Amino acid sequence: MGPYLLRRLLLAVPSLLGISVVLFAVLALAPGDPFSEMATNPNVPPEVREALRQSLGLNDPVWQRYGHWLWAMLHGDWGFSFISRVDVDTLIWQRVPVTLAVIGASQLLALAVALPVGIMAATRPYSWFDKLANTLAFMGFSLPTFFTGLLLILLFSIKLDWLPFVYRADIPATGWAWWWEQLRQTLMPVLVLGLFQAAGWTRYVRSAALDVIRLDYVTTARSKGLPERLVVLRHVARNALIPVVTLVALSMPQVFGGAIVTEQIFRIPGIGSLLIDAILRNDTPVIMAVTFVLACLVILFNLVADLLYGWLDPRISYR
Amino acid sequence: MAGSTLASATAEPAAILAPRPVVSPAREAWRRFRRHGLAVFSLVLLALMVLAVGLGPLLWPLAINDIDFAARLATPSAAHPLGTDDLGQDLLARLLYGGRISLAVGLAAMGMAIGVGTLVGAAAGMSRGWVDTALMWLTDLFLSLPQLPLLLLVIYLFRETLKNAFGPELGVFVLIVGVIGAFGWMPVARLVRAQFFSLREKEFVEAARALGAGRMRLVWRHILPNALGPVIVAGTVDVAGAIIAESTLSFLGLGFPPDIPTWGRILFDAKDYLDIAPHWALFPGLAIFLTVLAINFIGDGLRDALDPRRVL
Amino acid sequence: MQEENELREWLEQVRSGALPRRLFLAQAAGLGLSLPMAAVLLGSAGLAGAAEPAYKPSKRGGGGPLKLLLWQGPTLLNPHFATGTKDEEGSHIFYEALARYDVDGNLVPVLAAEVPSKENGGISADGRSVTWKLKKGVTWHDGQPFTADDVVFNWQYATDPAAATNTVGYYLGLKLEKVDALTVRVVFDKPSPFWPETATVQLVPKHLFAPYMGAKSREAPANLKPVGTGPYKFVEFRPGDMVRGELNPNYHQPNKPFFDTVELKGGGDAVSAARAVLQTGEYDFAWNLLVEDEILKRLEAGGKGRVVFAAGGSTESLYLNYADPVAEIDGERSSAKSRHPLFSDPAVRQAMGLLIDRQGIQNFIFGRAGIATPNFVNNPPRFRSANLKPEFNIDKANAVLDAAGYKRGADGIREKGGKKLKFVFQTSINAPRQKVQAIIKQACQKAGIELELKSVVASVFFSSDVANPDTYGKFYADMQMYLVSQGRPYPDRHMQRFVSWEIASKANKWLGVNLSRWHSDEFDKAYRASETELDPVKCAALFIRMNDLACGDGYVVPLLFRQAVSGLGNKMVAPLNGWDVDMASLADWYRET
Repeated sequence: MGPYLLRRLLLAVPSLLGISVVLFAVLALAPGDPFSEMATNPNVPPEVREALRQSLGLNDPVWQRYGHWLWAMLHGDWGFSFISRVDVDTLIWQRVPVTLAVIGASQLLALAVALPVGIMAATRPYSWFDKLANTLAFMGFSLPTFFTGLLLILLFSIKLDWLPFVYRADIPATGWAWWWEQLRQTLMPVLVLGLFQAAGWTRYVRSAALDVIRLDYVTTARSKGLPERLVVLRHVARNALIPVVTLVALSMPQVFGGAIVTEQIFRIPGIGSLLIDAILRNDTPVIMAVTFVLACLVILFNLVADLLYGWLDPRISYR
Repeated sequence: MAGSTLASATAEPAAILAPRPVVSPAREAWRRFRRHGLAVFSLVLLALMVLAVGLGPLLWPLAINDIDFAARLATPSAAHPLGTDDLGQDLLARLLYGGRISLAVGLAAMGMAIGVGTLVGAAAGMSRGWVDTALMWLTDLFLSLPQLPLLLLVIYLFRETLKNAFGPELGVFVLIVGVIGAFGWMPVARLVRAQFFSLREKEFVEAARALGAGRMRLVWRHILPNALGPVIVAGTVDVAGAIIAESTLSFLGLGFPPDIPTWGRILFDAKDYLDIAPHWALFPGLAIFLTVLAINFIGDGLRDALDPRRVL
Repeated sequence: MQEENELREWLEQVRSGALPRRLFLAQAAGLGLSLPMAAVLLGSAGLAGAAEPAYKPSKRGGGGPLKLLLWQGPTLLNPHFATGTKDEEGSHIFYEALARYDVDGNLVPVLAAEVPSKENGGISADGRSVTWKLKKGVTWHDGQPFTADDVVFNWQYATDPAAATNTVGYYLGLKLEKVDALTVRVVFDKPSPFWPETATVQLVPKHLFAPYMGAKSREAPANLKPVGTGPYKFVEFRPGDMVRGELNPNYHQPNKPFFDTVELKGGGDAVSAARAVLQTGEYDFAWNLLVEDEILKRLEAGGKGRVVFAAGGSTESLYLNYADPVAEIDGERSSAKSRHPLFSDPAVRQAMGLLIDRQGIQNFIFGRAGIATPNFVNNPPRFRSANLKPEFNIDKANAVLDAAGYKRGADGIREKGGKKLKFVFQTSINAPRQKVQAIIKQACQKAGIELELKSVVASVFFSSDVANPDTYGKFYADMQMYLVSQGRPYPDRHMQRFVSWEIASKANKWLGVNLSRWHSDEFDKAYRASETELDPVKCAALFIRMNDLACGDGYVVPLLFRQAVSGLGNKMVAPLNGWDVDMASLADWYRET
């Protein structure tokens, strides 16, 4: 395990470099420019737009721009946004707490729902519980999040007026009042996102659990007289976890990248909305910084998942 | 094996003595599938839907873009069985026409994601060393790529060539399927690879290897059939994902032209009128839901039919 | 011209008192001048009246929080770098300008003591300079006094080429001089009929920005912590998300502002912004509601808020390509040297014009937010022509095409001489625009013309990316449609879009503003004349003439006069108008109790 880990970590560096080259190339070649909003403003003469492009280095060749970016990155300078003329890392740090709170909570919710429901459904295949769980899961992921989000807003904010639907990052209260307000405004987005995620995961958990539930060693455990709960927890769950670990590792970077649609609908100032805004306005420094961090997280979490396979299933070995 | 307790030797001598008919694995699979009530029903449902979207536009007289301001946002009636939208266009006609594209995109994109994902996952799972590393690097790359700029770039680069090669509609279709599939294979690859890691250490694989099975045979005959579980689930989840991804693309203008009423697009157009004219969003939502439902139950049936450990 | 003489006569009568203002307005309407426009004529003759709701609160503060919702959040707070209206809104909470526009396009003094005019000697007789007297006793939020030095500094800061500001366009062809501590003179290179050129530029303090001119402009800490003269002081800013301010106790107008704090939240989409104001009352104001009127009406029915429409100068128009988008001449498509093979036939243009159902588009998509119009210039009313008469008649279009020899082929599409009437129609992604495309396509189908609809991502469509073929500057399509904003109550920049020396081409990297490629010698002559014509009535007549020339030829097809749409909570009173940024009048906002 030791040498394997070391090898993977060392490989991560050129891996990241390669990814950054591809990312930068894609962004540089994609059409559009950061100044399209000025296009319909009659008070901005075209020469000004051109001068701006020049000053931001947008007319330099691609490899030169990449070199600048890499050099700056190695010095800890993440560049500054074309659109808001603010340092990129300030922009990102401002949004990390909100993203972790809302998106992180939804992933936890998804896990908390998917694991028990999926396993229970597998232990009673085709029972009414299983059928109900399946149907709800299907409804969950066949409706896009913009739709379920709207449904919830219409129900809870407009008809019932129980919950606010515009997220405020600066609630002017303290102590318990602050927590209560925070709960009220995060409930809907967490539900929308968490249940969407949970729907897909439930199906995977159920399928993985069904794979192992009929195997000999489970029957052995049962026939040894172990209570059902122990059988499920110790023998079924652990072995069914491999696909779950894969999926959770895949979705962890998403916690950082955020859920764009949900953030749009509820106006959550997370990193996802920063990213989509930057993409639609061709704000290259921001896009590069965010996707680069995303790439690091992807590599990191997939490595963690690979290591966990070895722990979950001792027969898997790395040479 | 669990669940397969043999009948007592003294119970049915005649039954034991009578020769059992030889059944090919395919027919065995079909027999087991047939015992799955819901799966069969779903198969029929899906077939009906395909038939409806295939023939429906030829049979239903109303056009999809007949603008009729007098009949805006009408609820279902004899003239418009599913109602109309805010320009007075008939929803049934639009649903049937758009269904062709949505179903085709959903199934094709899923097929591509599954195909590519399984290939990459199997290759990575079976090999050790640099092939695995290289393929995982590729997977990580695709996972980190921001979809939107890449989409813009791909569309910008390839739209004209595809249009000239396949014609305008088919060209866009190939583009969309390619793009959605290109972003859907990574989870499948990782899942399959993980399955392969754990399966290739199992005894039956060792036994097959000892019997002289080559690698391809090992993969194809022994490991892959047992790894199918997550693949099937991924496939069924992906269909819904593909239909919805297409709607997001349309909304951003990167998909089909704005006057093509795919299900996702109708849903998107209808979302602002949810409290005013809910029927507009209800029907495409229902259509997507039924498709996903049908494919999922078919997937369940397939799983049970193909899984050698299941004895029904 | 006859109208000119009549108008002059009536103005004299109002001045002498023989004709009441009300009657003047009614008579002017008979000439085709609308109310605000006629009022402006009165104003320019020195006879203005009040147009905005009176400010009632009798003390400063006590109004609680004001919550504003923009569905695009401001990303920076330096007005000289604003890349869009949303940024100007964000900075206008803290900064102010010399004056602002009211509903009728008249100037209301803010940091100026009074509006310059011929009577008070502010505007010089030869039209070459304007003198602004500044208000006494105005201080910046940090206590420093506001003086003429600041005004002159803003000019130097904005015109520094190394800074590449967006406001440099306001200072073209003029320079500023300090006369004394409270007086500034604007000197034009040549006599200019539009003298309020620099009136609405937001002013930043010299003492905080002087060390950061030119290339260092992005490093100024005041970029993120604005210090202005406005009704609210800066508290917090999160780019793209939120701006917060609190009441300025030293504000230079008494009893203002009414609210104690202001919070501007950004993000989301227009429909949910409308809901937040009109349905749940969570917010007091929502900006730029680009939403179908049908939805707005239903939301208003809830009774918690109302929708406000303000006329600016924005026109949504359809352009038929004057040039050939397919043929490549000197490596350039849609070159000014080419002519469109089908649109050059006046019969085709006439038929296209007859197939546009403006009324339907207004009634069923834009509703109160868009008024069907055949004119490119619609506001101020004194510049609006009454001469063009649009018609929507599919049968007549069919007849015109039949007479011109376009026969329907087997597929129902008309053709003549081997050329089919098939056009590519492009616009940006925007739900109402896609619906307009669908409506026009259907009408064209009934006349045997086929349209291929194309919609491009807005950030690509409006970009100046030289390599991209989908930009509106390149116009590599047969028809395109988009909104053009006039920017200020004077249509010179608006009309510049049709002069021949501004045609977008490879040579100027498609940055020229004449994107339709249409031009005519008569139009060019009229435009040159308007640049130096100081008599307002003659000027108006020139602009009307230009409008008729451009829109009468059939290549430029204005569709709607688009209003600025905002949502306001029920008890809110805010003098919103279409000429200036909404926040320009923030000091005058209050809530009735």
